[in-house]
Amino acid sequence: MLLKKINFYFKNTHTDPSGLAVFRILFGLLMLFSLIRFWYKGWIESLYINPTLNFKYYGFEWVESLGSYTYLLFIICAIASLFVALGFKYKFSIIIFFLSFTYIELIDKTTYLNHYYFVSVLSLLMCFLPANKFFSLDNYLDGTSCQKIPKWTVDSIKLLICIVYFYAGLAKINSDWLLKAMPLAIWLPSKYDIPLIGQTFMQLKWVHYLMSWGGMIYDLAIPFLLLNKKTRPFAFIMVIIFHLLTKILFPIGMFPYIMIFSALIFFDSGLQKKILKKISSFLRLFKKNPRKHINIKSVSFIRLHLSPISKIALICFFLFQLLFPFRYVFYPGELFWNEEGYRFSWRVMLVEKKGATDFKITDSISKKYFYVNNRDFLTAFQEKQMSFQPDFILEYAHFLGNHFKGQGHQNIQVFADSYVGLNGRLSQRFIDPKVNLFTKKESFKHKKWVIPLNDEIKGF
Amino acid sequence: MIKKISLALFIFIFTFSCSSEDDNQSDFLSNSSEIIDSVVNDDITLGFDRSAMLVFWADNFIMPAYKKLKDDLSVLKESIASFNEEPLQANFEIVREKWLSAYKTWQHVEMFNIGKAEEIYLSSFMNIYPVNEDRTTSNINSGVYDLENPNNYASQGFPALDYLLFGLGENDAEILEKYQPSDNNYSKYLVSVINKMEAKTNTVSNDWDSYRDTFVVSTENTATSSINKLTNDFIFYFEKGLRTNKFGIPAGVFSTDELPSKVEGYYSKLYSKTLALESLYAVKNFFIGKAFENDALVGDSFQSYLTFLNAKKNDTSLSDLILSKLDTAISSVTELSDDFTSQINTDNNTMLLTFDRIQSVVILLKVDMLQTLNINVDYVDADGD
Repeated sequence: MLLKKINFYFKNTHTDPSGLAVFRILFGLLMLFSLIRFWYKGWIESLYINPTLNFKYYGFEWVESLGSYTYLLFIICAIASLFVALGFKYKFSIIIFFLSFTYIELIDKTTYLNHYYFVSVLSLLMCFLPANKFFSLDNYLDGTSCQKIPKWTVDSIKLLICIVYFYAGLAKINSDWLLKAMPLAIWLPSKYDIPLIGQTFMQLKWVHYLMSWGGMIYDLAIPFLLLNKKTRPFAFIMVIIFHLLTKILFPIGMFPYIMIFSALIFFDSGLQKKILKKISSFLRLFKKNPRKHINIKSVSFIRLHLSPISKIALICFFLFQLLFPFRYVFYPGELFWNEEGYRFSWRVMLVEKKGATDFKITDSISKKYFYVNNRDFLTAFQEKQMSFQPDFILEYAHFLGNHFKGQGHQNIQVFADSYVGLNGRLSQRFIDPKVNLFTKKESFKHKKWVIPLNDEIKGF
Repeated sequence: MIKKISLALFIFIFTFSCSSEDDNQSDFLSNSSEIIDSVVNDDITLGFDRSAMLVFWADNFIMPAYKKLKDDLSVLKESIASFNEEPLQANFEIVREKWLSAYKTWQHVEMFNIGKAEEIYLSSFMNIYPVNEDRTTSNINSGVYDLENPNNYASQGFPALDYLLFGLGENDAEILEKYQPSDNNYSKYLVSVINKMEAKTNTVSNDWDSYRDTFVVSTENTATSSINKLTNDFIFYFEKGLRTNKFGIPAGVFSTDELPSKVEGYYSKLYSKTLALESLYAVKNFFIGKAFENDALVGDSFQSYLTFLNAKKNDTSLSDLILSKLDTAISSVTELSDDFTSQINTDNNTMLLTFDRIQSVVILLKVDMLQTLNINVDYVDADGD
């Protein structure tokens, strides 16, 4: 019975294609803008070209920095995003976008942001969706345009967005966030230079608590408020207020706009059609002969040919999205401290963590040792990120070990002298100073050489 | 209707947030903040008065310290002039004495690497050690040199004077011999070095007269604001100028072997501890806001800032923790020999222990204090999560 329903849902429910078209256009344009902005700010150079070593994701050590060809990669990615917006050679363009964008992100995990991961994941999903069946250049070239598309295609994007919000909300249910208003109690008072609210509200304890609890409730509730037709307009206003507030308070780049525009997907075709009409009339301004009509044959709907492999891939995709964020339960110790299972789990803005980590290179036989100046090898940004994340520390320890081995040093041992402060707690030793990190290997296993946090954070 | 409201709201906040992204506030923002300022009564300001702190820093630390250094250098210059006229032991003693007091004042200045000092690389002209003896000697012998050349950074400033006043021979007689007859190449080099030091210091000190007003209002939480830059300078100085240069490098923390000849004030064999202690006192006074050369005057400082933010760690205030660790470090330094070179040669472990105690202050400043103040150590601007 259930299976039948599911089958029916996938085969026979349809929806207007405007929503997906609007989503495609906005996504493409936002990505184009993001990439140009990234370039304009000089980040391609400072984040991807200047560093002498790159921190790799486990399993993706083969991803190399392309040096100055990184610019080329950005150009390819930008063109692909423009083509996505236009709906030109859509399938090919979105695949190229996904690959090039993800490659850029894989070059160096120093720059990891949840919203970059979101873009990668979303663009992967979009590779499976018929986002070019309406209001696209592909239609113009084909001469056909669809009036209906399978409902699941739009729903899949909604589902992904709901997961992001809901999981981000769940992650906020912890004692630091709710009972201590941490880290907002550190961050907000430092926003003293915002006009009007900076020296007033941002300094108030109850405001920190209000925003902590508000953020948690918002994240958990917003998927349902967006899904429900009655509450949708209210929810969308909340989306705008929430994300623009975060935009004002924190340096989070394009993420607020991505989330705001993405939320439009929840709306009925009425609004979407209006948006497309606006775009049409805007485009018409550029046409020499506005009366000339383009003949595009309308087809009522397409049967989306999803191969069994694609179907399985999609199911796996969502299973992964639902389950992977919970992998932390398999690790002992404090998640925010050990960061085992922290990334790719929609844990957004949850910790204020700072570290100071220095490395001691020792000759195991002569016992002679010396400390390394991190800035000889790392950029300021890399040093900052390395100092409080165990996998960075391990990777860097190996880099240093190999580097000094290459210089002819013998019997090398690498020890870390590392202190980290988390969410306003007094800094404490982070890495066991007696463990030779050069002998430790990266794996999915628990890192026993991280000294446990001498406190407990309760919650998800 | 709802759509219209949300559109209006969207446009408003969008413009607002876009403009706040810029470091230089746009007209829209500054206009609106003016209006807001006139509406909002100053009394309800709940934040810490950072501008008052900057004023206190400028008027009671930075400017008087530069002023003092300027005076000290001019006295030193006069003593050198008298010595060059009459190169006698008595005059030589006076030069050494004036050198030491100026060098001690310098320990109060080095951490303020901001504004003109940063722009003209003041520290590079004043305190790069160890001295490049070969280059200094060849400069003296040839009589032709350009002290602006970065290759000559290690051949001038206080360390070069240290070498010229204490390092040219086995004993005073041998050293004095080098300055005979008067106005020879050695005397001339002394003059060149002090002239360069004085000129550079005067440039910075004079610039503060006009820079002060810009400095004290720059209270934003951005990479380029005075408050963030000076905080970073302070911590950078403590870690690099103090911990690494005065202790770490000579004790061999950063090399496989000890490098006892790399101490500050190497040639005098007398003053490395004096200078290090002076620098620690300078740091401590700045931290607690005890005005330069005026212990009775206490003003806003990191200590009061941290107290305002109510930074507590396990029920102890963070500033108390920092101060107690700092005092431990200071008393540890007090135990060392006056001459760090002989300390390292005879008992380097005590030196290393002192380094560790200073390092524990570095951790508290770099991790805990910066986290509490929410000031970034790095100036890479990149998006956050």
